[in-house]
Amino acid sequence: MMSRMVRGLPLTYLDTSATSLPPRPVIEAMSRYYELRHSNVHRGVYLTAEESTAVYEGARKDVGTFINAPNGVNEVVFTKNATESFNLLAKSWGAANLKPGDAVVLSVMEHHANIVPWFQLRDQIGIEIRFIPVGDDYRLDLNSLDELLDGAKLLSVTGMSNVLGTINPIKQLAQAAHDHGALMAIDAAQTIAHSPVDVGDLGVDFLAFSAHKMLGPTGIGVLWAREEILANMPPFLGGGGMIADVRLDGFTPTSGPARFEAGTPPIAEAAGLSAAVRYLSNLGMANVAQYEHDLTLDALTRLHETFHGQVRVIGPNSVTDRGGVISLDVEGVHAHDIAQVLDEFGVCVRPGHHCAKPLMRRFGLSATARASFGPYSLTQDTDVLLEALAHAIKLFG
Amino acid sequence: MSNLDDLYREIILDHYRSPRNRGELPSPPAIRSEGFNPLCGDELVICVEVQDGVLTNIKISGQGCSISQASSSLMSTVVKGKTLEQIDETINTFKQLMTVHESTLQHGDEPAKIDLRALGELAALQGVVNFPVRIKCATLAWNTLRQALDEA
Repeated sequence: MMSRMVRGLPLTYLDTSATSLPPRPVIEAMSRYYELRHSNVHRGVYLTAEESTAVYEGARKDVGTFINAPNGVNEVVFTKNATESFNLLAKSWGAANLKPGDAVVLSVMEHHANIVPWFQLRDQIGIEIRFIPVGDDYRLDLNSLDELLDGAKLLSVTGMSNVLGTINPIKQLAQAAHDHGALMAIDAAQTIAHSPVDVGDLGVDFLAFSAHKMLGPTGIGVLWAREEILANMPPFLGGGGMIADVRLDGFTPTSGPARFEAGTPPIAEAAGLSAAVRYLSNLGMANVAQYEHDLTLDALTRLHETFHGQVRVIGPNSVTDRGGVISLDVEGVHAHDIAQVLDEFGVCVRPGHHCAKPLMRRFGLSATARASFGPYSLTQDTDVLLEALAHAIKLFG
Repeated sequence: MSNLDDLYREIILDHYRSPRNRGELPSPPAIRSEGFNPLCGDELVICVEVQDGVLTNIKISGQGCSISQASSSLMSTVVKGKTLEQIDETINTFKQLMTVHESTLQHGDEPAKIDLRALGELAALQGVVNFPVRIKCATLAWNTLRQALDEA
């Protein structure tokens, strides 16, 4: 896709936060699966069925290794995406373990995927939802963390804001949650492809992400949970694949991650996810983090030098604990119009509230134009971004 | 940049920079209606006063992109002082304009269907149809106005 021309111009893709561009090995892995091995998993005894199962279960192993899961394949549940992972967490673990009055602590900078399932659960069983505030420095304000965690059963926070680029101190938060007897979940949708993620080192209990934001395909995501917690979670969706037995008077669910994977799973997508994980591992996540850090520093510096105060960056100005997500607010020009003008230059950015309305309200914004980097981004992308921004400002100025 | 020039015509930029009939009216007696465009986060509040079947006053507040702001501003200048029947007709004509596809316009048969003169300055918004994602921005004010008038 990166070789594609748009209106005679090369494509400048700056929307990796929304979805990432899959490299050729990912596309080839999915084609190869359909061309050579396609069969249903966990059923047939014929060769291609065994290969198909190996592809699907191999992806589980690859993901477990990638996030350094202590009990590997026993802890990796495949879902549709990170949103479904949070729904699974709330509707299975939450409904079984939370009682009226129990608190779930989130943050104001969460994506709607880590807010709405908890509100749904609140409306169902009467839990309390609390929010860690965000300070004027675009970082979590942890001054009242102890009070917020008092009586909490779960702290669920994003690894990196998809609007601000702020990277949160997950290790510190996990420690605080455990000190208060709460479990810790992390929304890793924005971190998984941009920095090393090690669940053991972070000390978290749950982790959710989508394959399509980590150079993989759409249609598959992951919920990782500690084995002993997962073992006690009731099934989520019902159907084939998740049962040990079905009788005329009821059913017995199977054990392990399969208990949460009803129906034929996304097999080709698992093949793509495997390839994406291997591609990122070959790059080395520490290298990716350093590369994107440099791109972000360059972009923030040049945005400031070129536009001074006219273009406001909604997010930390320092690149410490900050990722390559740059939300822009241009005086007198709406984000939608910025994005429209940028499109004319072949630049793909995302206008809007980025599924984080509570955060946007916090800063009195209805929309920002967001540019975000991936491992394939180049400093030349920033050149085009700056040129197109200058045109937009001139047009509306 | 010819595409952009067609979208962002001077009249549109003018109404975006200096929107007409900005503000709110005490409600009641005015009818107040809110519109949202979840795609871009546009929020619009329209207050109208209706007396004897005539829209006597209109005020618009809220925030949004140039297309939604210009469309609401242009709309306010067109509907003020008109009868509800006339407004209903204008809403229909405008919404028809927003559904005419580029290919139809190029064939040049659109004047037969839509009386652009009847739309006056509103015709400046016809470039929006070539940007399908933006049509909702242009029609937000009109849907919100219809909502308000349905209560009248």
